[in-house]
Amino acid sequence: MLRKFAAFVLFAAVVGIAVYWFVTTPKTVSAAALPAYTPNLANGETMFNAGGCASCHASDKENRTLLGGGMALPSPFGTFHVPNISPNPADGIGRWSEADFVTAMTKGTSPDGSHYFPSFPYTSYASMKLEDVRDLFAYLKTLPQAAGKAPPHDLPFPFNIRRNLGGWKFLFFDDKPFVADATKSPQWNRGAYLVNGPGHCAECHSPRNLLGGLVASQRFAGGPDPEGKGWVPNITQKGLSGWSDKDIAYFLESGMTPEGDSAGGSMTRVIENTAKLSDEDRMAMAVYLKSLAPVDGPARPGKS
Amino acid sequence: MIVRILVAAVAVAVGASTVVAQQDAIAARKALMKATGAQTAIAVKMVKGDEPFDLAKAKAVFVAYQDAAAKGPGLFPANAKEGGDTTAAPKIWGSKADFDAKFAKFGADAKAAEAKVVDLATLKASFGEVSKNCAGCHNEYRVKK
Repeated sequence: MLRKFAAFVLFAAVVGIAVYWFVTTPKTVSAAALPAYTPNLANGETMFNAGGCASCHASDKENRTLLGGGMALPSPFGTFHVPNISPNPADGIGRWSEADFVTAMTKGTSPDGSHYFPSFPYTSYASMKLEDVRDLFAYLKTLPQAAGKAPPHDLPFPFNIRRNLGGWKFLFFDDKPFVADATKSPQWNRGAYLVNGPGHCAECHSPRNLLGGLVASQRFAGGPDPEGKGWVPNITQKGLSGWSDKDIAYFLESGMTPEGDSAGGSMTRVIENTAKLSDEDRMAMAVYLKSLAPVDGPARPGKS
Repeated sequence: MIVRILVAAVAVAVGASTVVAQQDAIAARKALMKATGAQTAIAVKMVKGDEPFDLAKAKAVFVAYQDAAAKGPGLFPANAKEGGDTTAAPKIWGSKADFDAKFAKFGADAKAAEAKVVDLATLKASFGEVSKNCAGCHNEYRVKK
């Protein structure tokens, strides 16, 4: 009897480990999966601006194309240190293959085969078109090299075990590409793509659960600032019903609200990127945001 | 005894007036920011095309900015760091020279813009430049609440 029980425990443990191993295995995109392609650098630059890479990776306040990283990104799980993604071969991504980059952006897996933390918003980037990701990679290669490596992330156990992120991805990461809604206009679809894919607006403008996954039912409904202080506004029509599409587009261009206030917090860094997009792209994002049904976000403490 | 009462009375009066001054400065700077924001909203409406361009109104925005830039530094006295509902960052008082210099630059930029604006195109360009001062200062010296 005891022997049978021990055998069962052993069996369950083996199955458990096998399931854990299977679920937490980082996914990759192989070079063979990438068809021949000539990148479009101008579109790469658009993706760089829409993607807001500089917001976190720029190491020089005055030069947003110097992507040496180093910024500390506080979160409820610990402090992340943003890596160097300049083309520097030693400290940046100079030695990366295109497949490495596509894997990082769409699978959240590093070239050495480990999971990235979702502080790098591959959860949104995964829905980018393959061509856009490849154009972005080609564009990043044209930027100046920055020296220096960021210190390792400062996370307590168990959040520092990267393998566990496979479980997190299993629960919260949908790596499907963006699918256009044929019932909506091309402008709306362009906006939906920019907002949900490269723009990764939902990453800050949605509440997160205890495990740090986005609360899907409250997507875009705002919540506590993941960086610690303050509150990220609700950008569904619950929060933006008083804003016209023009108001939103102009805000993305200038950082000025219709009330005449300037954008605050990390949004100012976002505006530096969206200011460089075309009027058409900003208006497309605005049209999409105006179409979001009003959703109540979490209650904001101590402030009406 | 009388002297003691007098001293106490003076102390209370001084204390009370400090509170008043502190509340006044906070209220005054909030009113100033609000008025400046209202002017900004007018410029924003014209730039977006929600309202027709009006040269007098456009110039008035930049005049209001110069006024705000002139009054601003005086509304952050050392005794008005906190108390009352304020989003002024404590670091203002650690780098008051830079803080005041930012107001000075804002004022100078607004003056230049007032001279430059003649039509919607020039408003759009100069407003875009001047309004960078808003975010530039708010980012450093306004705390998020």
